[in-house]
Amino acid sequence: MARVTIDAAGMHYTPLNRRIREAVASGADEIEIVNVMGQRFIADGLRGDVTIIIHGVPGGDLGMFMSGPTCIVHGNCDHAPGNTMDGGKIVIHGSAGDAVAHSMRGGSIFVRDNIGYRGGIHMKEYRERCPVLVVGGSFRSFLGEYMAGGLILALGDPARRTGKERGIGSGIHGGRIVLRGDSLDRRCLGVGALARPLPDEGYERIAPIIREYACWFGLDPAPFLSDEYVEVVPSSARPFANKYTWE
Amino acid sequence: MTIGSVPVRFGITIDRARCMLCGRCVENCPYDVFRRDEDTIHVNSRKCVACHRCVAMCPRDAISIRQRPVDYRDHPVWTEEVREAIYNQARTGKIILAGMGNAKPYPVIFDRLVLDACQVTNPSIDPLREPMELRTYIGKKPKKLEFRYDNGDISLETTLSPNLELATPIMVGHMSYGAISLNAQKSIAMAVKETGTFMGTGEGGLHPSLYPYQDRMIVQVASGRFGVNIDYLERGAAIEIKIGQGAKPGIGGHLPGEKVCEDVSCTRMIPVGSDAISPAPHHDIYSIEDLKQLVRSLKEATSWQKPVFVKIAAVHNSAAIAAGIARSSADAVVIDGFRGGTGAAPRVFRDHVGIPVEAAVASVDAKLRSQGIRNEVSIIASGGIRESADVAKIIALGADAVYIGTAALVAMGCRVCGTCYRGLCPWGIATQRPDLVARLDPEVASKQVANLIHAWTLELSELMGAAGINSIESLRGNRDRLRGYLLDESTMRVLDVKPVGA
Repeated sequence: MARVTIDAAGMHYTPLNRRIREAVASGADEIEIVNVMGQRFIADGLRGDVTIIIHGVPGGDLGMFMSGPTCIVHGNCDHAPGNTMDGGKIVIHGSAGDAVAHSMRGGSIFVRDNIGYRGGIHMKEYRERCPVLVVGGSFRSFLGEYMAGGLILALGDPARRTGKERGIGSGIHGGRIVLRGDSLDRRCLGVGALARPLPDEGYERIAPIIREYACWFGLDPAPFLSDEYVEVVPSSARPFANKYTWE
Repeated sequence: MTIGSVPVRFGITIDRARCMLCGRCVENCPYDVFRRDEDTIHVNSRKCVACHRCVAMCPRDAISIRQRPVDYRDHPVWTEEVREAIYNQARTGKIILAGMGNAKPYPVIFDRLVLDACQVTNPSIDPLREPMELRTYIGKKPKKLEFRYDNGDISLETTLSPNLELATPIMVGHMSYGAISLNAQKSIAMAVKETGTFMGTGEGGLHPSLYPYQDRMIVQVASGRFGVNIDYLERGAAIEIKIGQGAKPGIGGHLPGEKVCEDVSCTRMIPVGSDAISPAPHHDIYSIEDLKQLVRSLKEATSWQKPVFVKIAAVHNSAAIAAGIARSSADAVVIDGFRGGTGAAPRVFRDHVGIPVEAAVASVDAKLRSQGIRNEVSIIASGGIRESADVAKIIALGADAVYIGTAALVAMGCRVCGTCYRGLCPWGIATQRPDLVARLDPEVASKQVANLIHAWTLELSELMGAAGINSIESLRGNRDRLRGYLLDESTMRVLDVKPVGA
C-alpha cells in the first residue's frame, strides 16, 4: 500500500492539488495531508480509488466535482464540501458550513456534527447514482432546498432542534429528506414539501447508512436504529407545471 | 366565458385552383392546421403559428398566410398584443410564456450606427489580393512579455494563459440539447468545425454523438449544474459559467418534464420526465467573491488548462460586474443583450428586462480600459446579432467576438415563429419529437450554417478592407470607424461615438 504524506503548511491550493494529483498518478492509495489551514478546492475534480486523510480545516469546495476518492477530514469544513460531487466519499469528524453537498449527484457525505444553511441544496439523482448526505447533529434553514433527488438523513436529536430551521425541502421536486423524530413542526416545512411518517421500506433503506455513520465515528448505532423517523418529500414532481400560459 | 374568441392571428387560404391535393401540408404541419377529407383539404387557421412549413413544402405555392386578417380597432396604446395578453391572463391567471427574442419595437442601436470607409487620403485594401487577418484569440493576454536572453538565445519567461483560437470572430452561442434537437446541435457542431470556430453546449450536457466535436465545444455550467461532471468539463475546449441570459435577465429556467425524454435525461443526468429546474442564482454564488471561487474551482478541476468564460445578461451595471469578472481569473466575459433569443421566457421578461448589447459592450469595454484591465478578459457579445454589419459594429464598440444564436437557427430553416416552447418545431430544430427531428439533416443543415458564417466572414473582411483595416485587432474598440446617425446625445456618450458629419 503506497502512502504519501504532504505537509500543507503555507502552501497555496494549486500546488497542493498538483501534489495530490502527482501522488495519485504515481499509484498512491493513501494520501495524508497535515497542517491544512483553509486551502480551498482540495481534491477538486479528482478521480481514482484513493483515500485522502486531511488534518486541519480545509477551505470551501472540498471534493468539488470529485469522482471516486474518499476524503476523511479530522477537523471542521468550510462551505460546500461535496459541491457537484460525482462519486466517492467525504467523512467529516466535525462540522461543516453552508451548502454542504450542493448539487451533489453521487457518492456520500458523513458529517459527524452540524452543518449550516441550505444543506443538500439541489442534490439530484440519475439511475444508479443516488447521493447521500448524513448529518449527525443540527442543520440550519433550507435543508434540501430545490432538492431533485438523493437522500438527506438528519440524525440529530429532535428535542434539541430549535424549531427555527425553517424552509425544509423548499422547492423540493425529487428525492427525500429523512429526519429523526416522530413528527415535524409544519411551520418548518418549505414551499412544495410534504412531511409524513417514514414508511417501512424507508427504515430498511436508512439502516445500513446509519450503521456506516456510526462505524465512521465510533458510535453505537442502536439508539439511532431504534428511533422513529419522518420523511419530507415533494408534494408534486412538477412544481412549476401550472404557472404558465402560452403567448 | 364572457370574453369569447379573440380574432385568429393568422388566416390561411388555399388557392383551390393551384392545389393538387398532394397532402404535403397535412403531413408537414405538427399543429394540425390541415385535414384531408376525400378531395378537399380543410383548414383550421386558429391553430396556425406561421411557421411557414406548409408554405415551404407546398409544390404549387397554393398556400397563403395573412397576419391578423380580422382587424381590431386600431389604437396606438392599446395594441392588439396588449389586448390579447389581457384576455389570456383574464382567462388563466398565469404568467405568459413566450419564445425567441424581444418582440417590442425598441429602436435598434445597430441600425443607428454607420461604418466608415476610406476615400483618397488613406487607401482601402482589397481583400481579394491582400491578406486579411480575422483570426481571434479569446482569453487573457499578458500585460507585457518577459524574455530571457541566454547566449544569443531568447526564451519567453511569461507564462501564457490558454486561449481559444478562432478563424473568424463569429461563434455560435449556447443552445442546449433539450431546448434544441440533437440534429440541430450536430449541424452546428459540424459547421463550427468546418469554419474553425466554436459553439456552446448550453446547460444540457454533452451528448456522446458530439464527442468527435468536443474540441470545438464550450461547455456550460449553469445554476442547475445539469450534465456537469469532471468528464464533461475536461471534454470541452473552454468552460462557460452562465450567470444570466439576455432574454430573461435575473431569472432561471426550467425545461418542462415532458421534454425530458430518454436521451435528454441521459445528458442532463436527471430522471425521464422530471422538471429540470435551473434556479435564478447559483447556490454557491452570492457575491463577486463567490463567483471568483466558482471560476477558480473550475480551473483547479481542469488543472488551469481551460479558459473559463462568464456570461451575464446586459443590465444597467454590466460594466461594474464585468470589472469584477475580469478580476476573478475568468478569461472572457460574455455580454448577452436584451434582444437575445430563448426557447421559452416569460413575455414580461423577454420584452421589458435588460438593455441593448451595443450599449452594454461599449460601457464594459470603456470601464475595463479605464481600469487598465482590458487585457485580462476577452469580451464576447451576443443577443441580437443579425448580420455581418452588426458583427463589425459591435467589434468597433469593443467586443472581441460574437455569439450568434437565432441567426444560426434561421440558417437551418427557422422562420422565427416564436413558438419554440410548444416543442413542436416543424423544422426539427426546437423539438425532441423523433419524426420532427428527423426532418433536419445535419449534413445539409451544417452546410447552411457554415455557409452563413463563411459569408459573414467574407463581408466582414470587405468592410474592414474598405475601412483600410487589415486586422480584426485594429477594428476592435475602434470607435473612430463608427458614427451615430440620429442617435441621441446621451446614448452616443455611452457608446463613445461621434455623430455623422463630425
